[in-house]
Amino acid sequence: MNRTQDVQGTTAEGGVGVHPERPGVAEGAAAREPGATNAVAPRGRKVTREAVTRLLFVAPAGLFLVLFFGYPVVKNITMSLQDYTTKTFFTGEAPWVGLANYATVVNSNLFGPAMVNTALFTIGSIAGQFVIGLALACFFRRRFPLSNFLRAMLLLPWLLPLIVSSATWRSILDQDSGILNQFLTSLGIISQPVPWLTSPTVALIAVVMVNIWVGIPFNVTIIYGGLQDIPDELYEAAALDGATGWRAFRHITWPNLQPVVSVVLVLGVVYTIKVLDIILGLTNGGPANATQTLSIRSYQESFTNFEFGVGAAFSNILILISLVFAVIYLRANRRAVDE
Amino acid sequence: MKTPRRIASLTALAALAPLALAGCSSGGGAGDGGDVDSLSIVDYYNNDPDKSLVQAALDRCAADLGVSINRETVPGKDLIQKVLQRASSKTLPDVLMLDNPDVQEIAATGGLSPLSTYNVDTSGFADGILEAATYEGEVYGLAPTVNTLGIYYNKDLLQAAGVQPPTTWEELKAAAAKLTEGDRYGVAFSGIATYEGSWQFLPFMWSNGGDETDLTSPKVSQALSLWQDLVTGGSASASVINWSQADVKDQFVAGKAAMMVNGPWQIPALRKSPDLAWDSVKIPVREAGQESVAPLGGEVWTVPETGNKAKQAKAAEFVECISSDENQLALAEARFTVPTRTALAGEYVSRVPEMASFTEQVATARSRTGKLGEAWPEAATVIYDAIQLALTGKASPADAFKQASAG
Repeated sequence: MNRTQDVQGTTAEGGVGVHPERPGVAEGAAAREPGATNAVAPRGRKVTREAVTRLLFVAPAGLFLVLFFGYPVVKNITMSLQDYTTKTFFTGEAPWVGLANYATVVNSNLFGPAMVNTALFTIGSIAGQFVIGLALACFFRRRFPLSNFLRAMLLLPWLLPLIVSSATWRSILDQDSGILNQFLTSLGIISQPVPWLTSPTVALIAVVMVNIWVGIPFNVTIIYGGLQDIPDELYEAAALDGATGWRAFRHITWPNLQPVVSVVLVLGVVYTIKVLDIILGLTNGGPANATQTLSIRSYQESFTNFEFGVGAAFSNILILISLVFAVIYLRANRRAVDE
Repeated sequence: MKTPRRIASLTALAALAPLALAGCSSGGGAGDGGDVDSLSIVDYYNNDPDKSLVQAALDRCAADLGVSINRETVPGKDLIQKVLQRASSKTLPDVLMLDNPDVQEIAATGGLSPLSTYNVDTSGFADGILEAATYEGEVYGLAPTVNTLGIYYNKDLLQAAGVQPPTTWEELKAAAAKLTEGDRYGVAFSGIATYEGSWQFLPFMWSNGGDETDLTSPKVSQALSLWQDLVTGGSASASVINWSQADVKDQFVAGKAAMMVNGPWQIPALRKSPDLAWDSVKIPVREAGQESVAPLGGEVWTVPETGNKAKQAKAAEFVECISSDENQLALAEARFTVPTRTALAGEYVSRVPEMASFTEQVATARSRTGKLGEAWPEAATVIYDAIQLALTGKASPADAFKQASAG
């Protein structure tokens, strides 16, 4: 073993004077003979050089990860354990307070409602986005005039800056002069204007509605891609056996779509649970804190109250919850690859 | 084998270089030079016309002092974040504009330099604004002009309905009810869940003798009852809980509100609608005989601790210059704000008659941070939370303040 390695090593280096039949001597001679030094030492050096080269290739990515992912996460965790306020920026002093910030978070009256709202918002948004997205994707599987154009138009909500969409929706949902209420009233569906953004009981529903609208393009795109991968032969064969329409969907589309569905759902949860801009733009957490979520709490504690420690504690809780779903996603993904 | 590998490792090294270089490319620090020829300035007048109007005043002072200025404007909501960033990187500007309720909080961090160090004359200024800029007995900044809140009314609509501008809460309620018709509400105000909502509530609370140090007192909840009555009575839209002051102005301009609570900074926008005949009065009081007390708004110019003593001294002269009589009148006239030197009030109103009621209101106006200082933001949060609870019908006005105070 030792010998062959030696030979390989040196030939790779260009075969500088080595005695393959006398490996032991070569090592012993290393200290005296310059030629032998060349023969043995480069092996050690070469291995390290190779390692260094590898390391240098990994280093930019590693450094990037440490700087832009590692540092913020670690900083956020330390920040949540400190009394980090406006003063800190001037004096650089942030006394350690242990878990006091977490205690503040958990004991605050808004923590429970924020958790519930985050859950309702996420579940409601994902359910709506997925069902509508799946229906639209199935619809666009059929080819019809302008189908590609219409599918492209569906991406529109995705292309608009979220601040623009939320400002537009805010005026659409206005109780007195919003066009949604005017439209519903003119159709006779409602007799009284719906207080979309002004009633604490309706506001969360309105916010979920807008977020569904924002999320549909993502769902349609991914599910449509998944549908393209299902071979037409399956449908043809099923049709011969009399399975069309709903039965074809149940027995062919749905089972074949499973991997895509799990990706869409888990990514959807991770994206939705941290949504900030839509809610901020539509209700700013109101009315009467009815649309407070963990991300809104985190933002307001940090950038309205300048309690950066408490804000960091809120966002760490949020990160932890997302992490659970990210792990589920990675595991599901790995299973899909294994299969 | 050898050469490609070396090239590879060199390439990898080269890829690292920009990362390493980026780390040491921060600007060099300024020395304590004796001659100051430039000052850096940060403010939040980032939109015209204010941006260029303030620029004119800054240019006048720069010419007076013989310095060049390097001005940066940031959006209002980003100012404090910007200040904190620059404080931690030790790159605070030489002259910094702050919204008056923020001055004490920033002064408390030790980031500002007291003006007494530079013998700046602070006499002749209205008490309220000096109070806002004072922390632990030291004045940290000067405001050339201030603003406040009042009631604007649509002259044509009031005349058609035969209604006089209200002076008491009862009159306000009666007028608003009478002016409500079709899709038009009698009055509009901002009850939004931000500091803006709290600011709009203050004149009603203060005029009734309420105080931010005791938010659960009946004097405070009476004011909230007024707002609640206006909304539940249908004289004000239920959407007031989502309206910013700009939204309130839009409603008024569109003729969807006959009266509004707003400030003089809206006058340029109102003037853009020449068909709209409007005037303004002081905020009504609960009972005749009470004094109408409104909050003081406006921006204060300060001198941050940058470590460069010569520049700080020059910056203090600059701050004094911005608040000179000449600049106060020029800025006040151009921006529809009220000069802070009380002696200038008479001349100002003769030049800008629309500002009569606001100028009168400023004379008795109070600063938000005068009593609570750094603790004001917490009280402001309780106030807007209570407004939201009461106006959405989740709590009675008295309970709303109790619930909101509980956190």
